[in-house]
Amino acid sequence: MLNVLLARWQFGITTVYHFLFVPLTIGLSVLIALMETMYVRTGDETYKRMAKFWGKMFLVNFALGVVTGIMQEFQFGMNWSAYSRFVGDVFGPPLAIEALAAFFLESTFIAVWLFGWDRLSKRVHLLAIWLTALGVSISALWILTANAFMQEPRGYVIHNGRAEMNNFWALLGNPQLWVEFPHVWFGALSTGAFFITGVSAWYLLKKRHLEEFTRSFKIGILVALASTVLTIVLGHSQAQHLMTSQPMKMAASEAQWNTSQEHAPWSVFAIIDEEHHRNTYNVQIPYLLSILAYNHTYGKVEGINQLQEQYVRTYGPGNYIPPVWVTYWSFRVMVLAGLLMLLLALYGLYLMLKNRLSQHSAFLRAMIGAIFLPYIAHTSGWIMTEMGRQPWVVLGLLRTADGVSPTVTPPMIWTTLLGFGILYLVLGIIDVYLFVRFIRQGPDLEEDTSEMDAKLPHPVT
Amino acid sequence: MILNIIWFILIATLFTGFFVLEGFDYGVGILTPFLGRTDEQRRLIINTIGPFWDANEVWLITAGGAMFAAFPNWYATLFSGFYIAFFLLLVALIVRAVAFEFRSKISNPRWRTTWDWLLFGGSVLPPFLWGVAVANFMSGVPIDSNMNYVGTFWNLITPFSIMGGLSLLLLSTLHGALYLSLRTFGEMQERARETARRIGVLASLVMFLFAVLSFYNTDLFSKIGINPGAVPVLAAMTLLSVPFFIHAKRDGWAFLMTTMTIVFSSITVFLQMFPRVMISSLNPEWSLTIYNAASGPYSLRVMTIITVCVLPFVLAYQAWTYWVFRHRLRPGGHMDY
Repeated sequence: MLNVLLARWQFGITTVYHFLFVPLTIGLSVLIALMETMYVRTGDETYKRMAKFWGKMFLVNFALGVVTGIMQEFQFGMNWSAYSRFVGDVFGPPLAIEALAAFFLESTFIAVWLFGWDRLSKRVHLLAIWLTALGVSISALWILTANAFMQEPRGYVIHNGRAEMNNFWALLGNPQLWVEFPHVWFGALSTGAFFITGVSAWYLLKKRHLEEFTRSFKIGILVALASTVLTIVLGHSQAQHLMTSQPMKMAASEAQWNTSQEHAPWSVFAIIDEEHHRNTYNVQIPYLLSILAYNHTYGKVEGINQLQEQYVRTYGPGNYIPPVWVTYWSFRVMVLAGLLMLLLALYGLYLMLKNRLSQHSAFLRAMIGAIFLPYIAHTSGWIMTEMGRQPWVVLGLLRTADGVSPTVTPPMIWTTLLGFGILYLVLGIIDVYLFVRFIRQGPDLEEDTSEMDAKLPHPVT
Repeated sequence: MILNIIWFILIATLFTGFFVLEGFDYGVGILTPFLGRTDEQRRLIINTIGPFWDANEVWLITAGGAMFAAFPNWYATLFSGFYIAFFLLLVALIVRAVAFEFRSKISNPRWRTTWDWLLFGGSVLPPFLWGVAVANFMSGVPIDSNMNYVGTFWNLITPFSIMGGLSLLLLSTLHGALYLSLRTFGEMQERARETARRIGVLASLVMFLFAVLSFYNTDLFSKIGINPGAVPVLAAMTLLSVPFFIHAKRDGWAFLMTTMTIVFSSITVFLQMFPRVMISSLNPEWSLTIYNAASGPYSLRVMTIITVCVLPFVLAYQAWTYWVFRHRLRPGGHMDY
């Protein structure tokens, strides 16, 4: 079982790492496209400088997102070959379509955008960034189609001992997908918005490049507020969907050991004793869980113990309880981060409308820190989603332990786990270093990198 | 059943496209530290592939995705079987991609030189490893009755597979040198041609040895008979014609010829494998074929429809970018990056 454990750690680490870059890529692509649209419509060079400045960060981030994404695609075959054989028929097509319909689009047009400033008309150049933004969003759609299948299998039959697709529209119309995708997409947009707002806040504090960064801040805070509200609303509908599609995940995320009374209270803080299936301490808000689950004050929420018995009857003996502590707390961390984002965005809008941003340095400093909130939110969100599905890799169809590569040994996984771990760590450090450097330099030093070249003699041909 | 053949051809096409397109940008990456003597020259060299390398790499990612979708057993056996090789490949791809992105961000010479050498390393490993993999595709590997690869990493390393690795490595370098001669002027162009001329000799020699060794290591010759047919012969002829085009300074033609060498060599390999996708060296019965490794007909049909709808657009806009950025680069001009 060591190989299962190691393969899971590797998947967890590489996926969480990959997902540090993806949301910022999605969010920034849309926001840069908006800035460049303003430039093309108004002809105001400030917007162009803004687009170029944020574009520089976008590119570094995009590159890391792409390379860590290749790792994700390869990993299914490397560590999870039994899983790949079992679901390849259903799970493979979204991945293939993602590459064909999204990766080509984004990687082609991001290069057109970067190298095409002087070569293309303004409108074609603008189209390039919008197509990039479209590409990264389509990419998210297809990868979540694949993920939604793991959460809530649709559009398949079991044939010859494996899952085979029999209805593509059911796969694409998976209800899980249509609560998951919008939630993730708007969460990504808020990541980009908080990033822009936070970095702009730093400039406003330092009183540098006020023109660019006042505008960036305004665009950022508006998008941050809108996208955070939508993310929360959509997250709520996603949680309600869980009640029917994955009640065990819901029960675990509430540490609800036994089916609740008619008016279910929501647990704010619990000390969980997983071994004895109980909470030794629990602070609860009456009615709230029923409201969250059903939008009215009554309604039972099923408990872990009852669901476990039910699953034993359906799937045979076994432990069907996910790690409760992790699921419970990752859910709460996500919700808390989301609420903080909402409050900060609201307050920021208020200050902006009152024109009092510049006097309020404590708030600006808080916004720099708030850059990290979306990262905390989606990391914990994914941990809840994926850990809450355990012990299944495909809910009800295949257990995680049965999905690993039978011929890959623990020393081999150790090699790649350490190899990628060290590589990712180094790249992360360089990435942060470069970001901080860009920010310190500011937008007008954009030509800095060519200075050294300009001093060299140019052989004339 | 016709769908299985279509997807075999499509995946073969994606790999061929990858070897052709990423082949030249691997070559350029390999040559950067040698042909670029100043920072500006290196930057110029990198900028010849700047707008393309990322999309070129997507050919590989798409090939992998298509393999997963159309032949999940091929994907599962290959990736879990060639585990350490794929680990090395991934590390190379990651390092290479960030080298492009990071090198120009700081103008410290040591920073840049470091990334240039990492770019070199990240460009050498992938074509070499793919060459090794292709040789193993051809000769067969230990696969048991459950479609699992039961060898170790060292089973993959044989004189034959190393020759395969060197073949693809040298072919890519030659291809890259010719690409550079197409995209640069003057001194740099001359240097690229001279490099191509020298590497061309070596590449031809190694490719010839690889062909000879494949007589002993694969069923290529028994399968296609003593008369090899047009495809492998064309692969050899196009490669041998390269020095003449270099001598005549017909860079476009020379580049076209290495393109054709890669295309014909790749077709030869896939013809030898067909209808198998992974050959078992333990028992021919245990080989993976386009039938026992494939997804169901419904999946294949869905993907065929989607591919037919999307692929023309992909090819069109990729061709368009090569048109937009077709100009030769000269030193001294303003260079984005």
